[in-house]
Amino acid sequence: MTVPVQHLFMLAGVLFAIGACGFFLRRNVIIVLMCIELMLNAANLTFLAASRLHETADGPDPTGPVFALFVILVAAVEAAVGLALVIALYRRKQTASLAQVRELRG
Amino acid sequence: MEPASRVFYTLVTLASLLALGWGAFSAGAPGVSFALFAILTLGGGLMCIWERSVVRSAFSLMATFLGVAGLFLLLGADFLAMAQVLIYVGGILALILFGVMLSPPDLNERSLPRVLGGLAFAGGAAIWLGLRISASVTWATAEELPPMTSHAEEIGVGFLSPEQYVVPFELAAVLLTVALVAAVYIARRRSIDLFPEEDA
Repeated sequence: MTVPVQHLFMLAGVLFAIGACGFFLRRNVIIVLMCIELMLNAANLTFLAASRLHETADGPDPTGPVFALFVILVAAVEAAVGLALVIALYRRKQTASLAQVRELRG
Repeated sequence: MEPASRVFYTLVTLASLLALGWGAFSAGAPGVSFALFAILTLGGGLMCIWERSVVRSAFSLMATFLGVAGLFLLLGADFLAMAQVLIYVGGILALILFGVMLSPPDLNERSLPRVLGGLAFAGGAAIWLGLRISASVTWATAEELPPMTSHAEEIGVGFLSPEQYVVPFELAAVLLTVALVAAVYIARRRSIDLFPEEDA
């Protein structure tokens, strides 16, 4: 690969910005969850690119991939609990829109 | 297709063609593959936050996940790419699609101030991140890096050897169990009627 590793950092940054943008602007709970997944994917890309950048010739360093796997695990946990919350919310209020859930707003 | 969507997809297509041409011009075949995966990733992400229909958002999220898996392959992380496809596309996306069945489409969400605000936010964030990255990372090119090797064995050893990550690994297993039980608890019906009385 003759593409500089730094382009991956740029790409991950833009992906994170897209995810954060959707997270703040959309009102649908499920799309907000998807945007969290986008941001976690961007973090994973950064971990792996940094791991590639810090790799030495005398042996591959597993730290980046290991942390990326932990991030994937947290993403799976977050999706499971988040969708359970969506189901509970829908059962209670018949909506999936964050604009109509305002009980906890201070 | 409404005019705003037409403008949006035209812009995305133009940016994709530009990225493909630039990748081919600057780095040849690896540049083209990188550009393809980048288009898949960023285009999927943009479509995910643009589309009103949640189903379309979910399927464009699949494009993002596959693009990220391809980028992992380009980085030499074959095990991570496989795990990405298995867990994200096979697991999380299926879960999200089940959740999608519960939600109606948003019909009054895309107003001009929101779109402009989103554009300003994303542009500012991208510019800020780009400046920070280019200021903090040394611009080593790929020729100076060692050749790519598979990480699968090192990951397995790292997870299971006591001086590395075996405690976080076990904690992760506990977290997964607790979260799944909690998800079932949250999503259950409040009262399960085991013996429903018959209507007279």
